[in-house]
Amino acid sequence: MATSTRKRPKLAVWKFSSCDGCQLQLLDLEDHLLDIADAVDIAYFLEATRATARGPYDLSLVEGSITNRHDAERIQKVRRQSKVLVSIGACANSGGIQALKNFADHKDFIRAVYARPDYIDTLATSTGIADHVPVDFELRGCPVDRHQLLEVVSAFLAGRKPNIPRTAVCTECKRRGIACVTVASGTPCLGPVTQAGCGALCPGCGRGCYGCFGPKETPNMANLMAEFASLGRSETGIRDGLRLFNANAAPFREESLRHDD
Amino acid sequence: MDDVSGLLRPADQSALIDALTARGYTVLAPVRQGDALTVAPVTALDQVARGWTADQTAGTYRLRRRDDARRFATTPAALPWKRVLHPPEAHLWTARDTGNGFEMISKPEPPPKQALLGLLPCDLAAIARQDKVFDNGTFADPVYTGRRENALLIAATCAQAGDTCFCAAMETGPDVRSPCDIALTELDDDAGWLVEARSGKGAEILSGLPLAPVPDTAFTQRDAIAEATAAAQIRTLPADTPGLLHRHLDHPHWQAVADRCLSCGNCTNQCPTCFCSNTEDVTSLDGTIAERRRVWDSCFSLDFTYATGRPLRQSTESRYRQWITHKLSTWHDQFGESGCIGCGRCITWCPVGIDITEEAAALAALEDAAEAAHA
Ligand code: SF4
Ligand code: SF4
Ligand code: SF4
Repeated sequence: MATSTRKRPKLAVWKFSSCDGCQLQLLDLEDHLLDIADAVDIAYFLEATRATARGPYDLSLVEGSITNRHDAERIQKVRRQSKVLVSIGACANSGGIQALKNFADHKDFIRAVYARPDYIDTLATSTGIADHVPVDFELRGCPVDRHQLLEVVSAFLAGRKPNIPRTAVCTECKRRGIACVTVASGTPCLGPVTQAGCGALCPGCGRGCYGCFGPKETPNMANLMAEFASLGRSETGIRDGLRLFNANAAPFREESLRHDD
Repeated sequence: MDDVSGLLRPADQSALIDALTARGYTVLAPVRQGDALTVAPVTALDQVARGWTADQTAGTYRLRRRDDARRFATTPAALPWKRVLHPPEAHLWTARDTGNGFEMISKPEPPPKQALLGLLPCDLAAIARQDKVFDNGTFADPVYTGRRENALLIAATCAQAGDTCFCAAMETGPDVRSPCDIALTELDDDAGWLVEARSGKGAEILSGLPLAPVPDTAFTQRDAIAEATAAAQIRTLPADTPGLLHRHLDHPHWQAVADRCLSCGNCTNQCPTCFCSNTEDVTSLDGTIAERRRVWDSCFSLDFTYATGRPLRQSTESRYRQWITHKLSTWHDQFGESGCIGCGRCITWCPVGIDITEEAAALAALEDAAEAAHA
């Protein structure tokens, strides 16, 4: 079936609280961008174009977390207008780095940062999209990997399941032939509890994984953290290591609370 | 003329690499990369690690300088040779939509011609196990068999046991026992390499090299090196391990392992005999091109047993039990031998140090204790 004969599905890209890095990954797909524009009707994508078309949309990519009342209402509208909704990136999937406020009093942050705290209207928490509306697929990463993003769009167009494994970063690490940094150098690495997708970027540079892609399927947080402790990482270090881009993802959040005094 | 043998003195050893390169082989050998000895292509002898080895224990690997100049006393390399013949990712085919069907448009790439220099006896035995997996006489896997037929295997008598090694218990080493093309022994005091042809291909290569006569003591020395390496091994498996595992598919001990296991799959990916893979289909954006590729998979991944809407082995205990039972027990039912050749990589490279020999021994001890209580 040639592209021209098929009615092009309408794509929308939405932004909530985020840094725009995931949307930039889409724009960074340089070689494929024209193919995407051929295959789908880019109906709403403010990062790329000011022209917008009305819904409903066949595929919505949602970036960013929900941190204020206005956005909590807006995501309901987005969901109602979207046949398929894919949350992209750590913010949309678990609340992002801004979810650090979930572990403290958000008013303290506001007072510390803003000259006129009374101008700021915000929720006490930053939460992922799935905490507000049903999500059809979570594309992980901080930012997402552009090849995975392309895979999700291609799979959607073909009506098939995307090839996005939920296994550990270790699987990519071993496929790349990297010697495990934990075993060979005693470096704590979140790879065994983190979902693959980055291509084992950090272990490839001799660093431990920071968990950008969030928890993998069946993560054994407790025993990996016991291993971190035996490698010499302090309780605070363990807690803070889990409180990064996916701080509010349930397994990371619960484990970090166990190391909080 | 398989019986060519001789001494390759240090000054002449480059000739081996040159001879392989001249015949169109990419030579792969142990190389130091960062904190580990891995396997990489080399074009000159000085790229091959020299005077290095590694201390390996459960969950740790530490590079160490040797007090001799041996190149192949590395202990099992951090990167298993498996990837050379069974690559982590392989393209299978590409097809194009023709409007009323599809046509295959991929041209299979010719398999690379690779010489594996410095295989240890355990890794050599692992290749023999995989040979049976990838060609059972009825079905042959073209990706593996193509690479295998083009490969030249040069194995070294193992002169250094790691703490995690147990090839002697598995009867795969430390002497070069499994089929190969050339067997090599690094003689003491840097006297040179004793090289022995083990196939016609090996003999053809050796006969073109500047070989010196084999010194009188060389074969005795070769056997003594292997014996010393065997004597240094501290791990083994309990008696009748296949039966033991068969008897305990349900056992509380599996939960105790699962509490520690991260289901990361490193043991399977590092194991030189593990062969499982998954096929992935990808499509182009316009839906006119489809590609199928094969990637390593592991019995520790949930989707590995995905069937009728859900994964069958959901608990980590069932996945760990599957791995150890297949390696040490049901492999015997399938292939008439163990799936483990005793390289110890799964022990060393498990980030939390889970030890296949220790878990088998723990199960045996629990069985003994239960029987004693019963008596
Ligand atoms: S370096 Fe990290 S990601 Fe790689 S195998 Fe080790 S623990 Fe897993
Ligand atoms: S099971 Fe472990 S020791 Fe046995 S061959 Fe595999 S990696 Fe080596
Ligand atoms: S036994 Fe070790 S290496 Fe294997 S899956 Fe479990 S934690 Fe990972």
